[in-house]
Amino acid sequence: MAKFTEIAPVALNNDEILRYSRHLIMPEVGMEGQLKLKAAKVLCIGAGGLGSPLALYLGAAGIGTLGIVDFDVVDYTNLQRQIIHATADVGRPKLDSAAEKLKAINPYLNIRKFETRLSSENALELFREFDIIADGTDNFPTRYLVNDACVLTGKPNVYGSIFRFEGQASVFATKEGPCYRCLYPEPPPPGLVPSCAEGGVLGILPGLVGIIQATEAIKLILGKGDPLIGRLLLIDALGMKFRELKLRKNPDCPACGKNPTITKLIDYEQFCGIRGEEAPVEVTTDEIQVEELKQRLDRGDDIYILDVREPHEYDICNLGGHLIPLGELPNRVNELDTSKEIVAHCRSGMRSAKAVNFLRQAGFKKVHNLAGGILAWADRVDPSMPKY
Amino acid sequence: MNPDAILWHHLSMPKILIPTPLRQYAGKQPAVEVKGSTVGEALTGLVSQHPDLRRHLYTDEGKLRAFVNVYLNDEDVRYLQKEATAVQENDHISIVPSIAGGTALSCSF
Repeated sequence: MAKFTEIAPVALNNDEILRYSRHLIMPEVGMEGQLKLKAAKVLCIGAGGLGSPLALYLGAAGIGTLGIVDFDVVDYTNLQRQIIHATADVGRPKLDSAAEKLKAINPYLNIRKFETRLSSENALELFREFDIIADGTDNFPTRYLVNDACVLTGKPNVYGSIFRFEGQASVFATKEGPCYRCLYPEPPPPGLVPSCAEGGVLGILPGLVGIIQATEAIKLILGKGDPLIGRLLLIDALGMKFRELKLRKNPDCPACGKNPTITKLIDYEQFCGIRGEEAPVEVTTDEIQVEELKQRLDRGDDIYILDVREPHEYDICNLGGHLIPLGELPNRVNELDTSKEIVAHCRSGMRSAKAVNFLRQAGFKKVHNLAGGILAWADRVDPSMPKY
Repeated sequence: MNPDAILWHHLSMPKILIPTPLRQYAGKQPAVEVKGSTVGEALTGLVSQHPDLRRHLYTDEGKLRAFVNVYLNDEDVRYLQKEATAVQENDHISIVPSIAGGTALSCSF
């Protein structure tokens, strides 16, 4: 059993002993294990979907020092899954909201707040102060940054990631085990990560995966059980199936291999080509504002409104447009009339911008993108329309 | 004709498990059965059946993309014989792309 943390000179008072009694009476934890938990320092990157259950359970378990890195504020749409935040927290920094709930659950926690964006400038110094890093971020550049910083500082990376209703979990960057780059040496190039229709996710999913991350962190600290080192757990929430793939440490890995070429942190945005992030929509002459569309429709102009969203979005709200989901557009382009004026829209203007580019290349001359999408319409033209 | 003399030629019909982000290019199916006696043949069969998948799995030069991992059952084919890895009838081939969502994946289509 690898000695994970020294049993530092911490002790449990009678109150803590009562608090953790259900841990203490288990041989797998016991007094020795609980003291290890209290001596441990875990850094949670992100207090969002994955970070919420992760921090809550680590806090409840009695981790001594919990660091949290998050610079974001609570948004109303977060509440569907970021369960550490409540309705009254909307608009507050996530860090403050999270720290408050954690303190309420366990006043013995030493909570360290880092209201900053994790970057190549601060990651190494930050990671050195902790024993385990729990990666709950949501973009490729940060995933690679966290991985490389973990390898360079020798800290295990308890990894979790989600997409719609599927998740992945593993433990990277231990000395004998693989790191994230052993599995994915390169990030996907821009435009090739397939659409998720603007980020839908089953609310429970980060709960499921975040708890798995918390479990792995606790197992590493206790030195008990079989951690997910060299194992990629694939979670399918809809099928409720759990599969496992073997991960090997790549001897040629640029980060953790025999001859590592990564000896310092790099510019990860550039490495990923600002991939996995929304590219800013360029303003072009192909755009039409919602006010103008409203005016022209009221005037009786013959405009073909093309809605490139998905059917379930149409059910939420619509402009009465003709629905051809973006993915189907190439196959259904013959349903459109090149002589007509077409205004394409989606939820926020991104998918429809792509539709307009596609149609222009296909020879459609009179096609425009509704800037800001149906959200802008709900904002500025019809406030009774729901926003989502 | 003596039935015992008839040899039945078994064509391996392995299943390829399609990850969620790619299902929209595979007719929304979670798994596709293809003919093939190697991983390479099975994948070629897959992209002929579902041509939209091609650019997500292969570069323009026809190489498997670096951020897409292919597993035969639970082993990464990079550590087996790569695309030449032999496939048996009841094997599963998994395509495992990288996903980054921690709270919600941003749209990049």
